[in-house]
Amino acid sequence: MRKRRWPRLVMIGLIILLAAWVVWPQNPGLRIGSFEQPLRLVRGLDLQGGLQVLLEADLPEETEVSAEQMATARTIIDNRVNGLGVTEPIVQLAGSRRILVELPGIGDTQQAVETIKETGLLEFIALTEEEAIGILPDQELVTDFGGAPPPVAGEVEPRVFHTIMTGAQLENAGVSQDETGSIYVVFALDDEGSEIFGTYTTENVGGLIGILLDKQLISAPIIDEPITGGDVSIRRTGASFSVDEANQLAIQLRYGSLPVPLRVAESTAVGPTLGEDSLRKSAIAGLIGMLAIMTYMALYYRLPGLVADVALLVYALITFALFKIIPVTLTLPGVAGFILSVGMAVDANVLIFERMKEELRGGRTVDQAIEQGFSRAWPSIRDSNLSTLITCGILFWFGSTFGASLVKGFSLTLALGVLVSMFTAIFVTRALLHPILERSAFARNKRWLAI
Amino acid sequence: MDIVGKRYWYFGLSLLIIIPGLIGLAVWGLPLAIDFTGGSLLVVEFEPGKTPQPAQVLAIYDELGIADPLVQSAGETQILARSKFIEEAAKSTLVAEMETRFGGEVTVQRFETVGPAVGAEVAQRAAGAVALAAVGILAYITYAFRRVPHAFRYGAAAIVAALHDVLVVVGVEAFLGHFLGWEVDALFLTALLTVIGFSVHDSIVVFDRIRENQRLHRRLEYAKLVNHSIVQTLARSVNTSLTVVLALTALLLFGGVTTRHFVTILLIGVLIGTYSSIFNAAPLLVVWEKQEWKTWFRRRRPQPAGA
Repeated sequence: MRKRRWPRLVMIGLIILLAAWVVWPQNPGLRIGSFEQPLRLVRGLDLQGGLQVLLEADLPEETEVSAEQMATARTIIDNRVNGLGVTEPIVQLAGSRRILVELPGIGDTQQAVETIKETGLLEFIALTEEEAIGILPDQELVTDFGGAPPPVAGEVEPRVFHTIMTGAQLENAGVSQDETGSIYVVFALDDEGSEIFGTYTTENVGGLIGILLDKQLISAPIIDEPITGGDVSIRRTGASFSVDEANQLAIQLRYGSLPVPLRVAESTAVGPTLGEDSLRKSAIAGLIGMLAIMTYMALYYRLPGLVADVALLVYALITFALFKIIPVTLTLPGVAGFILSVGMAVDANVLIFERMKEELRGGRTVDQAIEQGFSRAWPSIRDSNLSTLITCGILFWFGSTFGASLVKGFSLTLALGVLVSMFTAIFVTRALLHPILERSAFARNKRWLAI
Repeated sequence: MDIVGKRYWYFGLSLLIIIPGLIGLAVWGLPLAIDFTGGSLLVVEFEPGKTPQPAQVLAIYDELGIADPLVQSAGETQILARSKFIEEAAKSTLVAEMETRFGGEVTVQRFETVGPAVGAEVAQRAAGAVALAAVGILAYITYAFRRVPHAFRYGAAAIVAALHDVLVVVGVEAFLGHFLGWEVDALFLTALLTVIGFSVHDSIVVFDRIRENQRLHRRLEYAKLVNHSIVQTLARSVNTSLTVVLALTALLLFGGVTTRHFVTILLIGVLIGTYSSIFNAAPLLVVWEKQEWKTWFRRRRPQPAGA
């Protein structure tokens, strides 16, 4: 009763090739149609230096902070952080009152913290159509609100726009829908705002009004008619806003400044040299650790040990490939988690080989011993690894609520390691063991099997 | 090899390790890092030859009116300073002041700040995480061993063994904290949770063998069955923890300072976790099966044969 084995070996070969392609350092990245994924190892702050800030709603404990408010604050901070010119910043909610900001490789940490914490400024400016066309996305405009900045010598003096009024005159903003189903944004102004707006729109029918958030143009509607009542609606010419677009604009209008005051609850800054040093050292440690494990396995289990070593190399390859694909942000504890999982990856093989030895001593043939070894060891591999995964899940949750990315990184790499090791230690080892051990020379000479 | 028969010797050995640790814990307490207490940690690097004495840096903290400073040297050119919560601006002032006083460029290697409220919450959540992990594991083992009589005992024994490891590690940490100044931080907690996971992992392998042997040898007395299972899995237990120890030792020796504390705790935990699953977890099942606690405080009488 022999199953054909080559399909398995071919499959393993394909997986190895795929993983090797992903791990290959000069890999150009994945591109399937419009889907693009640059395949590279993302390093955490502790490995490349940078700034991590945990912001917290600066309100008394009893005050309710809505999820919507926090989401809005997150969006605004995200916009500001993008202005800092950091590659791959992270801005995410952590728990119900906190926002985690990570800025890899940033030098001036003080300026960064100030940029994040400042309140946004909403301005309405006078704008002509030609000017509007000339404005690039993300371009920072200069206005006369709060006094124009002094001209810089040698530079072309930038166009200074006139600020008609600021977000202070805005009372409310929302999204509405008319009977034809087209979606538009509405906002209401206070008395002073209504007057200013009324005067300006009366004088400039057919002109534009620019809406700026933190000096960036977010909308430039055309004035259709004089608006004197203080109730303003913005529609898209010829078509309807999508719900998302309208919501975003309304949120920006409503919360030009942060919807909740934020304070720095926690911050960590790591210098770039320290990060480099740590990365190099843990890489070396990882290599040495793996070599030590492989040597031990080969010495103790002989031929099966060598097969396990091959499986371990495959394991390392696949895990690294997954790190790049997912991508997992590699932190120092993450590296530790990976190295620990290498040790645990071997465990499944140890369990199997110990059972194989028992079966061989009991007088079974090599082929039977392999099968028995695997099937008997399986329940303990399954149960022990599942309990480790449970712990990983709880650790991950623990890390997520605090924005403790170090803890998260550790649990994620450990969990990935456990999962991959179950594949390599069982599937790969099994597929390789049969064809190798069945060679009669090996089967007859039990020294190869370390018995 | 008779491990189960000498079980009380091994329990005694465990107490011998745990009790001094607990005394150390009671006397010195655990030094908590700013992760839990709140505060700021600043590590700065000076140009070679321009590294000041900790006392000189301490003076700057005092002059600027920053409370509770604690300054120590870290390596040839680095200074590590802890204090009450300070903002970015205060840090910049500090660094500027160091540059004017000691000359050369002062590089900030690490700057961490934690608000006091966050610290307290982390500690609370951490306790919650440990409890949750215990419940999750207990539930899973009870489920996985549902075909075995008293499945719940296996989960409970695994958790007790894991708790034993936690006590040992915390005790060791009290000593490390007192003599080496190592502090309990979020990473220590991570290490502790990992140790729990590893210990349970190990116990399950032994329990799995008991589960299997119970089907194969229905007549065998429970104590002998357990002992047999421990001996059968001994090579595996030793080999697995040896490979993990190899990996961790490499990290400890070559992995740099940042993870040293973390790896040390893991290393101790893995060793003790292997010990406890062989010598505590499985023998505990026998204690439970025989309900031996009923005779613990009675005068010893010759026991009837076969008991």
